Parts: sequence; structure tokens; C-alpha cells
Amino acid sequence: MEITREDILHLADLSNFSLSEAEIDSLGNNLQDIIKYISQLDELDTEGVEPTYQVFEMENVWRDDEILGQDATPDELLATAPAEYQHQIKVPKVL
Amino acid sequence: MKIASKTVSAVSLVKEALEKAKKYAEYNVFVSLNEEEALKKAEEIDARIAKGENVGRLAGVPYALKDNFLSEEGNTTASSKILEPFHAPITSTAVSKIEAEGAIMIGRTNLDSFAHGSSTENSYFGPTLNSHDKTRVAGGSSGGSAVAVALDIVEFATGTDTGGSIRQPASFNGVYGLKPTYGTISRYGVVAMASSTDVVGFFTKTPDDMNLLMSIAAGQDSKDMTTLPDFYDEEPKTIKRIGVIKDFDNDAVDQDIRDALAHKVELLKSKGYEIVELEMPTLKYALAVYYIVVPAEVSSNLSRHDGIRYGYRSEDAKSLGEVYGKSRNEGFMPENKRRIMIGNFVLSSGFYDAYYLKAQKARTKIIEEYNKAFEKCDCILTPVSPNPAFHLGEKVNDPVAMYLEDVMSVPINLAGVPSLAVPAGETADGLSLGLQIVGPRRSDKTLIEFSKELEEANE
Repeated sequence: MEITREDILHLADLSNFSLSEAEIDSLGNNLQDIIKYISQLDELDTEGVEPTYQVFEMENVWRDDEILGQDATPDELLATAPAEYQHQIKVPKVL
Repeated sequence: MKIASKTVSAVSLVKEALEKAKKYAEYNVFVSLNEEEALKKAEEIDARIAKGENVGRLAGVPYALKDNFLSEEGNTTASSKILEPFHAPITSTAVSKIEAEGAIMIGRTNLDSFAHGSSTENSYFGPTLNSHDKTRVAGGSSGGSAVAVALDIVEFATGTDTGGSIRQPASFNGVYGLKPTYGTISRYGVVAMASSTDVVGFFTKTPDDMNLLMSIAAGQDSKDMTTLPDFYDEEPKTIKRIGVIKDFDNDAVDQDIRDALAHKVELLKSKGYEIVELEMPTLKYALAVYYIVVPAEVSSNLSRHDGIRYGYRSEDAKSLGEVYGKSRNEGFMPENKRRIMIGNFVLSSGFYDAYYLKAQKARTKIIEEYNKAFEKCDCILTPVSPNPAFHLGEKVNDPVAMYLEDVMSVPINLAGVPSLAVPAGETADGLSLGLQIVGPRRSDKTLIEFSKELEEANE
């Protein structure tokens, strides 16, 4: 399939990237090549085959419903944020 | 490991490792060195030894940490701009376990940003150079870790392997690299790439060191619900029948690598092993499956990097939307963006069935092919990659050419089985050659033990 400029802009939007003009072109070419490569899977007959989403041998791992200690404190987690104000993560105006 | 003999002090070992790290600075092995903390820990260990205390099986052993493991020592950057300022408030289980045995981290090693790549050229901090030829790539994504061990800077290094990121750099640099069975070592505190294939493993110089590290790091972890119940210490099985994959024996594979494989096969035959030829026709589709499934998981896992809670935030961002869009655009490398966008493509409505669902069905066929193979043989001996280390810059502008590097390593991750990359000599030009031994799930220790047979056969 042909990847259009519109497709790239849509994927950039889904991915939350503010791409530059130059990137729109170069990524467009790259993505076209990659999609062409992965499309070879069309040849493989998968009629009646069940999909495998994970290779872990167990279904559920249970534990008691209790509050466990956390490795990091709220203060330590806040310290990783790029901006803080009055003990909260600061972001630009939303509304 | 040397320290076990107690003939050297931890401080002298750590100093020596740090000196070597500086001596080889041009290889760009490390993102950061952990000098102060490492020396402090070494002094503590020496003091405890002097008091006659029990100091653990890795006491004073310097190691290198792939920079996608969280640890409270230094920043965890994943070789990216977006995580460059990130100082983790927690330590990964794997790091806690090896450090509880006294190992000392002397530095954090370079990788392809977020482990996306096969050469370590996609690092925000520039490429790592090959230990045997500075004009060539280290392999990737764990290039820094492989070179740190190959240059003898450290005794061992950690790695992660989502599609070959331990085994390919191991083979490009002539060291051992294990991709364990999916779920063997906890991934708690490791920067996620593709959750259905990511595993934690190691680089070492010997099979015995690999065995020791695995016996320390393996095991179920309540902080990672995808860890298997403990199995590593079970007795290894005896290997009698070795499979070789006919489908990989063609011109697409470099002649030196085919010769190295043929040589090992002959030696194994002379030692009485039975060689079984395998046909695995679905494996040639594994790379297409991989570059659908993995980007899909990458697009989901990397959506957490939003410039809000941790990491880099663009200074130009005026609105919340711009915080996301600009921080992510400036913070990720081009290869990160390609994978995230491909992931969003294969998951988007209208394409999901044709790509994502199709790939997961193909994945079932690949797993079935391995299951059948392991009815006929006890392990499989194959190349790791189609060629030895390539030149810097050679494939960096052609993503598909770079992806083809992984053609023989990714099927193993899709199936969740273990594989040990072992050194297999050198080319006439002195480049490292490697092979991998692939076994059924939970055969990790068996593969490590068997690799000693290959080593003896090599002499």
C-alpha cells in the first residue's frame, strides 16, 4: 500500500509527535519501506490458526488483596518531574 | 571470578576497571561512570572481608550496567534525550540481586536509544565502537555492555534482549551472551520495550560465570507477574542430538559464518553427537512478524514518556498538547519514532486484522515449528546474524537493511525460548564470529553446560 503525507500526519498525531517538514518526508520514505517489508506476511497461510499474544506459560498470578509497601515515596516520585509547584506536578494551562 | 580467590582487594579491582574504562574512552562504551559510589562500595567490602564477614558470591566484582536498568546510582537514560535527566527513585530487581552478592557497578553502558537497534548507532550519545575493529559497529542494542566485557574492562555486564540485543553484540565482540527463557529474570525496574519478548540477561567471558550470574539473578519476583516459578537450579539435561536449520544455509549468510558453523558441526560429530537437519520454513517470516508485534508493543510502552511526570520537557512548549508533542519529538531518536509510528499503524482500525492479528497467528506457527524441532533434537546450533560486524554508518539510513540483521535472532524471542551466543573464532581480518545454541523453554542451564563442549571442541 502507498503511504501518503496524510497518513504520516495521522500517525504522527496518534504518536504525539510534532514532526518537522523534513521529518515528514524522511519518515514517510522509511515507513513505506518498512510496511512493504512486513506486508510479505500476506504470503503465509494462517487459516484456522489461533493467535499467540504472549509466551508466558501461566494465566493468572494471584496474591492476597492487601496493601503492599511501595519502593518510592511520593516525594521521591515528585522529584523526577520536570516542574513542581506546591507539592504537585506543574504543567501549562490546560483549560 | 577472580575475587573469589581473595588474592586481590575490591578497591584495586574497581580502580583497575575504572582506569580501563577511561583508557578505552574513544570506544564510547559508557554513558556515565559510577566512580565515587563504586569506590565507596569497594572499600566497604574490603573492610567486611578484613572483619571475616561473609560478603557474597560476587563480592568486589566490577560490572557494567546497560543504561536501561533503573538503579538509584546515577541517571537511567536509556541512551535517550527524553530520559537523560531521569534519576530513578527505585532499583531494578536484577540489579538488587547481583549487588546483594557484592557486585559493584562501575558504569552505565551505551545502547541504541530505548534498545531500538542492532548497532548502538541509534544512541543519543553516539555509537559504541567494535572491540575488534574501531571502524565497525559494536552491534546492538546492548553494544556498550558487550564491548565493556570484550575489552576486559569488567568481568560481566547486564543486557536486555528483545530481538537479539544481547546475542548479536556478543557475537560481534567475541563474548558469551545469554537470552534466557522468557520470564526467567525479573524485569521490574527495566525500561520496557516490547513486553511479550523483552528479557534480561548477561554478557560474560566464560560459561561458568554465566551460570553463576543466572543462579543469582533468576527467580520469581512478586514485583513482576511475568516471572516463572524458580526453575534455574534444576539439574541440566544431557544433550545428544544437535539440530541445524537447513533454511539458514544459503547465500544470504556470510561464508565465514557458514564455515564456522560447519566446523563446529564436524567437531561435534567427531565427539559422537548426532546431527539432525531441520526444516523450519516459517522462520523466514519471523522478521516480518517481529517488526509488527514489537512496534505495536513499543508504541504502547513508550506512550508513558510524555514530558509530564519524569524526563525531558521541551522548553518551547506553551500548551499541554505542545508538552506532549514537542517533548516527544525532541526527546526520541528517529528510530524510536519509526517504531512508534509503525506500531500505531499496525494497531489502527482497518489495518489491525491484516497486520497485527495476522502476525500473532504467524507467531503461533513459529512456536509450533520450534516445538516440532525440539521433538527431533535437544538443541539447535545456528548463526546469530547473517554477517560479522558491519561498518559504522553502513546501514544507518536504511531501516530495513538494519532490521535484516535480526533475521536469525528474532524467532527465538517470539517463541520465548532461551539462546546462548558463544564465540566461534574470527575472520581472516580478525572480526569476531559467533553462533547461538537454542533450546526448549527452561533449558538455560543445559545450554550453558553444553557450551563448554563446544569450547573444548574448539581447542
